[in-house]
Amino acid sequence: MSDVSSKARWVDACGVDDIPFRGSRRIVEGDLTIGLFKTMDGNIYAIDNKCPHKNGPLSEGIVHDTSVTCPLHSWVFDLKTGQARGADDGCVKTFEVDRRDGRVWVKVAG
Amino acid sequence: MAPGRALETLFDSHPDMYEVTIFNAEPRVNYNRIMLSPVLSGESSFEDIIIHGDEWYAENNVTLHRGEMVTEIDRKAKTVTGASGIVENFDKLIIATGSNPFIIPMPGHKLPGVIAYRDLDDVDLMLAAAKKGGRAVVIGGGLLGLEAAAGLKLRGMDVTVLHLMPTLMERQLDPAAGYMLEKELSGRGIDIRCEANTKEIYGEGKVEGVRLDDGADIEASLVVMAVGIRPSLQLAKDAGLETDRGIQVDEQMQTSDPDVYAVGECVEFEGNCYGLVAPLYEQARVCAAALTGNKESAFEHAEVSTKLKVTGVDLFSAGDFADGHGREEIVFRDAARGIYKRLVLEGDRLIGAVLYGETSDGSWFFSKIKEGAEVPADERSTLIFGQSYAGGGSLDPLAAVAALPDDAEICGCNGISKGQILQSIEKEGLTDLAGVRSCTKASSSCGTCTGLVESLLALQLGDAFAAPSKTTVCGCSDLGHDEVRRLIVSQKMKSIPEVMQSLEWKTSCGCAKCRPALNYYLVASWPGEYVDDGQSRFINERVHANIQKDGTYSVVPRAWGGMTTSAELRAVADVVDKFNIPAVKYTGGQRIDMLGVKKEDLPAVWADLNAAGMVSGHAYGKSLRTVKTCVGSDWCRFGTQDSTGLGIKLEKLMWGAWTPHKVKLAVSGCPRNCSEATCKDIGVICVDSGYEIHFAGAAGMEILGTEVLCKVATEDEALEYCMALLQLYREQGFYLERIYKWAKRVSHDKVREQIVEDAEKRAALKERFMYSQSFAQDDPWEARASGRVDAHEFNVLEPAE
Repeated sequence: MSDVSSKARWVDACGVDDIPFRGSRRIVEGDLTIGLFKTMDGNIYAIDNKCPHKNGPLSEGIVHDTSVTCPLHSWVFDLKTGQARGADDGCVKTFEVDRRDGRVWVKVAG
Repeated sequence: MAPGRALETLFDSHPDMYEVTIFNAEPRVNYNRIMLSPVLSGESSFEDIIIHGDEWYAENNVTLHRGEMVTEIDRKAKTVTGASGIVENFDKLIIATGSNPFIIPMPGHKLPGVIAYRDLDDVDLMLAAAKKGGRAVVIGGGLLGLEAAAGLKLRGMDVTVLHLMPTLMERQLDPAAGYMLEKELSGRGIDIRCEANTKEIYGEGKVEGVRLDDGADIEASLVVMAVGIRPSLQLAKDAGLETDRGIQVDEQMQTSDPDVYAVGECVEFEGNCYGLVAPLYEQARVCAAALTGNKESAFEHAEVSTKLKVTGVDLFSAGDFADGHGREEIVFRDAARGIYKRLVLEGDRLIGAVLYGETSDGSWFFSKIKEGAEVPADERSTLIFGQSYAGGGSLDPLAAVAALPDDAEICGCNGISKGQILQSIEKEGLTDLAGVRSCTKASSSCGTCTGLVESLLALQLGDAFAAPSKTTVCGCSDLGHDEVRRLIVSQKMKSIPEVMQSLEWKTSCGCAKCRPALNYYLVASWPGEYVDDGQSRFINERVHANIQKDGTYSVVPRAWGGMTTSAELRAVADVVDKFNIPAVKYTGGQRIDMLGVKKEDLPAVWADLNAAGMVSGHAYGKSLRTVKTCVGSDWCRFGTQDSTGLGIKLEKLMWGAWTPHKVKLAVSGCPRNCSEATCKDIGVICVDSGYEIHFAGAAGMEILGTEVLCKVATEDEALEYCMALLQLYREQGFYLERIYKWAKRVSHDKVREQIVEDAEKRAALKERFMYSQSFAQDDPWEARASGRVDAHEFNVLEPAE
């Protein structure tokens, strides 16, 4: 098994202002779509855009507090941990985010 | 209110003993006067505070003379004469003339714009004045005056309160609590002046201001005098009954004439007059018993407690809390939290309590005051910490209620104890608040004990009690949809953050349930002013297409009334080919649906459809969806009217309107009903003589035939009625409540009353709808296809690297 971290690289995804407050954008990296989310207080999070329930595109959901509600069946995910909230059981992968000079950088594997 | 209660009690025990006639000087039914302040502030409507609707009078065979003041009682002939000459005989008579507001006879007190605060007419006058804006002066800083001031302030007026005494509400509050109240109200922008002696009211032909005896001059367009009430006893006096401050009654509420009783604020009993509801309801109970020949129940003078009905001000007082020889006080203050509590003891007994900022122990203290029981020396030092401390228990509200003795009073207005409530829950098998209200009256008057009653239900029923009967908007708030809607309008809240702050949302920015609801309420309340918050809309309404299970979208262009043309069909065919759209289908609403469109393609698809003259069909929104039609008199041999034309007109008027939930219409050209109008939200069936308008059907999770709204003769009327109906739903419906659910909640008759019977209201609704539509009818596809709006929605980001 190869060391994931050695293959990891940072991607310059977009400008900080490209993501609306309480909104989202998405980037495609090979087979993977990553949702980028900006909360009310301006923090930015990146998670796997695919809901583990029925593959709903999370970037299309409503952003509230530090969570997003999936547009298909209303599962709610914590943007910090990727964990589903409430009664639903599931988790999406989270990605490290860094802001450099007004740009949003995301650490992706591979 | 008191005579209404007396009759209720009477009808309960002896339904057929008397034939009852009521003379009411006010032109309306019996309503809950205590709740006028929430009506003034906009937190309730008049309908909410009606105690006896028309059906109650009918059911109990009561004749009601509305707006008919009694001018004469002839005790010898046993008749009563009304102002317009109506004469009625009586065997027994109840006088309940209430009280008159005291108007200080200062110069200018008769000028138009000087009013009292007593009944709904006064509230209407205040609301009319508030609409014009300007400053209101309230003379009198007592309970009523402050409720009026707070209400007027919420309605947008500048408000000054003039109070003769050094501190507010000095009869119910001690100076410390009065000061805290003053600070709180000043903080809300109400100008409060104590020790202010009004010298005169001035103005030419109407109020222009007031002058104080220290020379100060305050301009005002409205003066509310709330300096006290006097029992209204002229009628009784003229009839030769014994009166002093009020109409003299004995402990059975009998006046000096054994066939004449009196209850309410007009009464004097052992030197006391009453203005708070609890003793008045007790009088009503005693009077009803006396009318049935039961002499055992007797009215007794008792202590009363007071609460101020100003949202956000928690204030409670009971008993006697003046300083005095041989009295001791216990005081607790927490400045940071704005809490003040003071207990007054005489000897070993608690005789008075004032609570400000935190009043949950109010009823516990009040029951101790009424019991007059000794407070043991070792409990004295902890008494002020209240019941939960005394019980050594936790602050769990359920435990606190469980610890109350059975005779503890829960509902102060109606004098209902914990034991009575628990008993009726068990005996009558009650399971909810509404049940307790109708069986015991508890929490049915001012409503401040609702939480306690719910706790009792939970206590008695355990898990069987289905939480509060009120459905809150979501977990972010304790308020229901109705309250949120009303407060948004009455307090003129115009943004989601403002609503969340003012209404004390429990989360920082709401959730996926409440944000779309709030966004809709604001859109519907402030057309042209509120800026739509896209981030608070569900994805479908944000990108104006329907998300599918694989993340692609479906696109449904509008086809007015279900009609289309060869050019439109050709354009659709071209779009399907150009964008490789995998599926095309006809919907149940006579539209073409293109399924499987990639999100990135949406703007280009729309551009092509726009070019052929097609606009968004809003098949994705809580909005006007479709108007389905049959071909009507154009083609059909049975068609009676131009159903297609009417459908197109309706759709052109209504498209773009946001609604609480989706809205689907249909117009059928004859009663054969080929467009299935009788299961739609709104349906029209054309007949030879005109148009039958239907509403509140359903054909989804529930199947429900429509109800007939009315029949009209002309197409113009049909359009007006349909628009008024849709607007009423837009203004009253809860978010995600279909028309049939809304109509069921408010009752179909209430809808008919407002649309069919009230021409003025119908016209106003239509007017508001048209105004709102003037901002709503921009094609959202065009705005996005051109890249002007929300471009970020449709692009995948290209990493820069």
